[in-house]
Amino acid sequence: MNLAQVVQYCLSGVTVGSVYAVVAIGFNIIYSTTGIINFAQGEFLIVGAMTAISLSRVVPLPIAVLLAVLVTTVVGGLVERVFIRRVRDASILRLIVITIGVSILLREGMLHVWDEKVRSLPYFSGTEVSSISLLGAHISPQVLWVLGVCAVIVAGLTLFFRFTLTGRAMRACADDRMAARLCGINDSWMVTLSFMLSAAIGALAGCVISPVTQTQYDMGAPLAIKGFTVAILGGLGNSMAAVVAGLLLGLLETFMVSQMAVAYKEAVSIVVLLLVLVFRPSGLFNRREVSALRTAP
Amino acid sequence: MTGPRRYWPVVAAAILVVTLQIALSVCDAAYYMTQITMSAYYALVVIGLCLLMGYAGQASLGHAGFFAVGGYTSAVLTTCNLVAWRDTAPIAWCRSLGLVFERQDLYGRAVLAFSPWPALVAALVVTGLIALLIGLPVIRLRGHYLAMATLGFGLIIYRIVLGAQTLGQADGISSVPPFRLIAALQVNGRPLYRVQNYYIAWAVVLVVMVLAINLVHSRIGRALRSIHQNEDAAHSLGVNTYRCKLATFVLSALLAALGGVLLTHYNGSIGPSEVTVMKSVRYVAIVAVGGMANLWGAMLMGILLNFLSLRGVFGTYDDAVFGAILIAMMLFAPQGVLRIPGRRAFSSVLAGRSHD
Amino acid sequence: MIDAILETRMLNRFFGGLQAVKDVSLRVPRGAIQAVIGPNGAGKTTLFNLIAGTLAPHGGEVFFLGRSITAWKPHAVAGLGIARTFQTTKLFPYMTVLENIMVGRHPRTRSGFLAGMLNLPRTWREEREVRARALAILDDLGLAEYASETAANLPFGRQRLVEFARALATEPLLLLLDEPAAGLNIYETRELAELIVRIRDRGVTCLVVEHDMSLVMSISDDVVVLDEGRTIAEGPPRAIQRNPEVIRIYLGEDHAAARES
Repeated sequence: MNLAQVVQYCLSGVTVGSVYAVVAIGFNIIYSTTGIINFAQGEFLIVGAMTAISLSRVVPLPIAVLLAVLVTTVVGGLVERVFIRRVRDASILRLIVITIGVSILLREGMLHVWDEKVRSLPYFSGTEVSSISLLGAHISPQVLWVLGVCAVIVAGLTLFFRFTLTGRAMRACADDRMAARLCGINDSWMVTLSFMLSAAIGALAGCVISPVTQTQYDMGAPLAIKGFTVAILGGLGNSMAAVVAGLLLGLLETFMVSQMAVAYKEAVSIVVLLLVLVFRPSGLFNRREVSALRTAP
Repeated sequence: MTGPRRYWPVVAAAILVVTLQIALSVCDAAYYMTQITMSAYYALVVIGLCLLMGYAGQASLGHAGFFAVGGYTSAVLTTCNLVAWRDTAPIAWCRSLGLVFERQDLYGRAVLAFSPWPALVAALVVTGLIALLIGLPVIRLRGHYLAMATLGFGLIIYRIVLGAQTLGQADGISSVPPFRLIAALQVNGRPLYRVQNYYIAWAVVLVVMVLAINLVHSRIGRALRSIHQNEDAAHSLGVNTYRCKLATFVLSALLAALGGVLLTHYNGSIGPSEVTVMKSVRYVAIVAVGGMANLWGAMLMGILLNFLSLRGVFGTYDDAVFGAILIAMMLFAPQGVLRIPGRRAFSSVLAGRSHD
Repeated sequence: MIDAILETRMLNRFFGGLQAVKDVSLRVPRGAIQAVIGPNGAGKTTLFNLIAGTLAPHGGEVFFLGRSITAWKPHAVAGLGIARTFQTTKLFPYMTVLENIMVGRHPRTRSGFLAGMLNLPRTWREEREVRARALAILDDLGLAEYASETAANLPFGRQRLVEFARALATEPLLLLLDEPAAGLNIYETRELAELIVRIRDRGVTCLVVEHDMSLVMSISDDVVVLDEGRTIAEGPPRAIQRNPEVIRIYLGEDHAAARES
C-alpha cells in the first residue's frame, strides 16, 4: 500500500469512526443518566437523515438539517415520555425489550413513511465528484464536514456538561439520582433531556454522513451495534474514551475491508465486541471494577 | 407442582390437536395444517426462548441465528454432493456407518450426501458450540451484554448466509430432502404427507413441552427461578448461577436449532429470510405476549401468532405488529396476556408460578 | 489448629481509596456463638462478604476447617457448609415459603438438567425428600402454617425467620448471621436468641454480626470488636463491656476516661 492509499484509508476510517463515536456518546449519555441501554439509538440517526432528505426538497439544505434535528429531538423526547418513563424501575429484561420494541416501531414507521429505497442528502459543499487533494489522496469535502461536525458535537457536549447548569445537573443525576433530586434537580426532566440530547446528536451525525454512506430505513441496527461496541470498548459512560474507541474501530474496519470481502465488514465490529466482552468488559480506558456491571462479582 | 397434575395440559393439548385435525379434514380445510405444522416448529424456538427469558432472566436477540445455524447445517450436509469423493477414506468410512447414502436428485443424477440423522446431530453440535462460545464470556455480565452479543451474532450469521456461495446467498438452499424418521414416518412438506407431518410436528412439540415442564418443576427449575428473583440469595444458597444461566442459554439455542432442522426438511429449503433481526425480535415478542415465564402461554402464542403471520393476516405491517405487541406487553402486561388476575387456580396450573 | 472452624488471616479489602477491612485476623472455635460488633461502617458486613465469597479479598486468607477458601465463589462456599443471612432480607418474593426453603436444599441435592427434564424415579424421590425436609424445618421453627404463602406477603418478622430457615436447610456447619435482630421487637429478639442457642446446641457454629447488645451479651461465647476495618478488641462479653477502647468507639472519649478512672 502506498502512502496515498494509507491516507485514503485512514481518512475513510476516521470518518466512519467519528460517526460511531457519536452514536456511542449517545448511548453513554442515556446510560449515564438512566442506566438504560437504548437499543433504538441507531434509529435516531436514520430518522434525522430521512427527515432532512425529505425537507431538503422544499427548504435550503442547512434549514432542512436544522429542522430534521429538531424533529428528531422531539421524537427522542416523546420516546422517553411515552415508553420509557412508565417502566423506569423495571427489570433489565423489560427495559431491553422495550427499547427494542421502540427501535422496531421507529424502523417500521420509517418504512411506511418513506420506503425501502436508498436515499441520501446532497453533499454539503461540492458534489460527489469534487475532491480535495491531501498527501496524494483524494478526499471528498464531505469528509471534512463529517469530522468537523463530530468534533463540534464532542466539543459542544464537553462544554455543555462542564460549564452549563443543566449539563452539571445531568452529571449530578448520572452520579447519584437521589442526591440530585434532593438538591432540587428535576431528575425526570433530566432523563427526558438525555434522550433528546442523544437524539439530537444522532440526527446531526446521520445527516452529515448521509451523502457518504447513503441512508436506508434499516441501517439503524448495525449502527447501534457498532455504537455499542465503541461505547463498551471505551468504557460505558466514558465519552472521551468513546471518541478514541470510535476512531479505532473505524480505522480497524476500513483497513480490514481493504483486505477481505466487503460482506464481512459487519463482522469486524461484532468480533471486536465479543473480544472486548471476553477480555476487558469494563473497556480499554475504564479502571473501575466491572463488578458494578456484573450480576455477581 | 408435584405429581401428574402438571401433565394435564399436555393431555388437553393432545386432545385438542387431534380434534383440530379431524375438524380441518372434515371441513375440507386441510391445507391449514401446513401452516400449523410450520408454526409448531417455530414454537420450538419460542419454548427455548421462554426458558431463557422467563426462567434464566436473560434476553437473546439472536435466536433466529441459532435457528439458521441448525437449519443451514442440516441443509448443507444433506444437499452437498460427495459423489466425487465417493471412494476416499473418510467418505468410505461414513458410508460403512450409514452416515451418507446415495439417492437420485431431480435430474436423475447420483447424489451422495449425508443422511438427515447425522446431519441433525451435527447441526445440534455446531449450534451448541457456538452458543457456548458466546455464552461463556458474556453470561457473567449484565443482561444488556448478552442481548447485544446475540444481536451481533444474528447479524453475523445473516451476513455469512447472504455472502457465502455454498450457502446459496440470497436464494438459500433448496432441494433439501425429507427427513426419514422411523418406519414410514418422514418429515416431508408434500401434501401427501400432510396429516402425518402435522402429527409429527405436534408430537415433537409436546415431547419438548413435557421436558420443559419437568425441568421447570425440578431442582434446576427452582434454581433458575431463584436466580431470577434474587440472584445474590440464590448464589449464597449454593446455586451456581453462572453455570445454570449458561446451560439454559445453550439449551434454548439447541431447541432453536432443532426447530430449524425440522422446518428446513419440512419446507425442503431454507433462506436468509429466516435469519433476520426481525425474526429474532418476533420470537422475543411472542414470549413476551405469552408470558415470560409461562411455557404454555409462549407455546400457544407461538403457534397462534406465527400462524396468523404465515397466513398473511398482518399484511405489510407484519413487523410493525410484532414491534407494537412487544411494547404493549412490556408497558401494560409484563407477565403476558394469559395472566389475568383472579384466575389464580387456572393460571397456576399453566405456569408453575414463577412470578405473579 | 483444628478446633477453629473458621479462621481469617490478615484480611484486607479496599473500595477505591477506602480500606474497609484492615488486616483482620480472627478465629471462630467450633461450636461457639461468636459475635462481631462495632459502629456502623466498621466493616462487619464487608467481612462477612469476604468470608462468604461475595467479595474477593485484596489481601489475606480465609480458612474453613483448615482448608483455604480465600476468594472462593459464594456457591462453592455454600457447598462446603457455610450459610449466611443478609442484612436486608433476600427472600424469593414470588415463590412460596416452602419453595424458598426448598431452594435451601440445593447444595445437598444433585439432580441436574438432564435428570430434571427426564423426571427419572431417582429425581422424584429426591424431590419428595427435599419437600419433606423443608416442611420439617418449617415445622421446627413454627412456620408450618405459612408453607404455601407467597413469601412477599409475610410480615417482616416472619420473613426474617424464613430466611433463617432457608439458611438452615443447607445443613450448614457454620452460619453467618448478618444483623438477624434488625427490625425485630423485644419478644422476637428473645425468640431469636433462643433459636440461635438451639441451633448451636445442634452443632452449628454461629458467627453473628449484631448491634443489639442485649442479644450479643446474652448468647455469645466470644465477641470481636471492629472499628474502621480493624479488630480492636476480642474476648468474652463481660470483658468487652468493660474494655475502654470499646467504650470509646461507641460512646466517646469522656466515657472511656470515666471508665478507666
